[in-house]
Amino acid sequence: MRVAVLGAGVAGLTCALELRAAGAEVELHERSPEHAVRGCSWYAGGMLAPWCEAENSGELVAALGQEGLPWWRARVPAAAWGGTLLVAHPRDRAELAQFGRRTARFEVLGAQRVGVLEPELAGRFADGLYFPDEGHLDARAALDTLRTQAAGAGVTLRFGSEGPAAGAVAVRVDCTGFAARHSLPQLRGVKGEMVLLRHPELSFTRPVRLLHPRLPVYVVPRGEGTYLVGATMIESEEGTRVSARSLLELLSAAYALHPAFGEAEVLEAGTAVRPAFPDNQPRLEWRGSTLFVNGLYRHGFLLAPALARRAAQAVLDGRHFPEVMDANPAQRRLA
Amino acid sequence: MQLYDAVLDSRLLLGTARYPSPAVLEASVRASGAQVVTVSLRRESSGERAGQGFWNLIRGLEVRVLPNTAGCHSVKEALTTAHMAREVFGTPWLKLEVIGEDDTLQPDVFGLVEAARILCAEGFQVFPYTTEDLVVAERLLEAGCRVLMPWGAPIGSGRGLNNLLGLRAMRAHFPGVPLIIDAGLGLPSQAAQALELGFDAVLVNTAVAQARDPVAMARAFAQAVEAGAAARAAGPIEARDFAVPSTPVIGTAFRG
Repeated sequence: MRVAVLGAGVAGLTCALELRAAGAEVELHERSPEHAVRGCSWYAGGMLAPWCEAENSGELVAALGQEGLPWWRARVPAAAWGGTLLVAHPRDRAELAQFGRRTARFEVLGAQRVGVLEPELAGRFADGLYFPDEGHLDARAALDTLRTQAAGAGVTLRFGSEGPAAGAVAVRVDCTGFAARHSLPQLRGVKGEMVLLRHPELSFTRPVRLLHPRLPVYVVPRGEGTYLVGATMIESEEGTRVSARSLLELLSAAYALHPAFGEAEVLEAGTAVRPAFPDNQPRLEWRGSTLFVNGLYRHGFLLAPALARRAAQAVLDGRHFPEVMDANPAQRRLA
Repeated sequence: MQLYDAVLDSRLLLGTARYPSPAVLEASVRASGAQVVTVSLRRESSGERAGQGFWNLIRGLEVRVLPNTAGCHSVKEALTTAHMAREVFGTPWLKLEVIGEDDTLQPDVFGLVEAARILCAEGFQVFPYTTEDLVVAERLLEAGCRVLMPWGAPIGSGRGLNNLLGLRAMRAHFPGVPLIIDAGLGLPSQAAQALELGFDAVLVNTAVAQARDPVAMARAFAQAVEAGAAARAAGPIEARDFAVPSTPVIGTAFRG
């Protein structure tokens, strides 16, 4: 069967790979002429953290995310699996306790263990949670890896292409994120902003999340002293400007985590619009011969493998997955 | 309950921030029976197309919107936000917050009175977020406010009614003014207590939005507010220092 996948972000690439692996003839179309597609995936934190995300994203996101971890281990050898560290200042200790009550698979840490896991934080935080089974990857490098694998597996890659019209191929799989809003009226955009910093002397080894009632912030090591600090969540569909206030919030949080971030070089500030449905849960939705894979919201990398696997089986075997396809949201949960 | 020219059945007002998703927000508002929701306006969301999805959802709730100036630290900032809010939401209602202290998010009452005076003169119907201070309350009423929103405890702290003495005095001092407890409630029992003390309504946000099940918590607050208002109307007994038998002693069988 000939399938056209639209969009070369993480959802499109994983869908193309899964469809190809299942025997489809796949062409991947990307509107942007460049390989470096400036969408949500490009600016993503790249955290593979289903237990942390369970705190406010619900059971389905957690379950789909856990399902996807082996896929990332197999596909992206450069991904790191050192877990996630969550810390809070003493005045926000209540937030830490509340976080712990809503998730699982973590250790409660005192000051000493925080310092052992991340020596940079020794003496700085008296309380923390450690999620040992989580990982992270460099989103841009991972997109590169997946694109190379897709080309190697025989997926035809077309950049600068809007793709075929509906009906010109057997099936289209639309992974264009917020750009699909005209076909999916319930889709809304949630703006996210991030900053990339470089400080060669800082040596964090795993993502660290700082809990704060106003803006929970994460700092993800990207290697060679670079750190991604993210991310804001603003109910806005404007995705080109990074505001001074957002920068202030992100940088203050990084500074609160470690004052040395005050000396870091600012490499980049970026923004993108995350696609989300009203319940913030992902969906696979058929419209004629087009299957929309959308609503990945803040969890593109985390959710993509589990959704791609379902998309491939929906396209090739006509399977129905109620947890992401049922018209009634109340039915969309894993059995 | 009458707030400016609106007559409302529900004595629970709900904030719209920090819910897990817009769908949960919508279900919570419905479960709460609230007829007024507060919405904070961020400058970057007010432009063309930006934030469209979220505003559509709020409009779809078919409740009154009380825009607030959350996070404003100066009179000027509050005025700018107020003008934007009137334009975006097309309502003269405004919940006026001028924050004076970042740790307690306590109102800057001097800035509050100043901003209230200007906004009332411009035709806004102002709901000021204030403390239980009687003199400040007096000044706000002079400025043209017809509703006051004293705090229970610092915003988001979930500590309930911190200064019972002050709040009781406020209720007694302004018998005809609608008083809404804004901020600091964590539990439905605290909301019931506010209504039992004679406050007209309560506004909650974090206690519902951050609960494990916000929809169920919204329902619990609605029940508590209803119970508190009913208890107030039913005339509670006075507390006493000693026991009073609920069964009269005279006439009971003589136990030798």
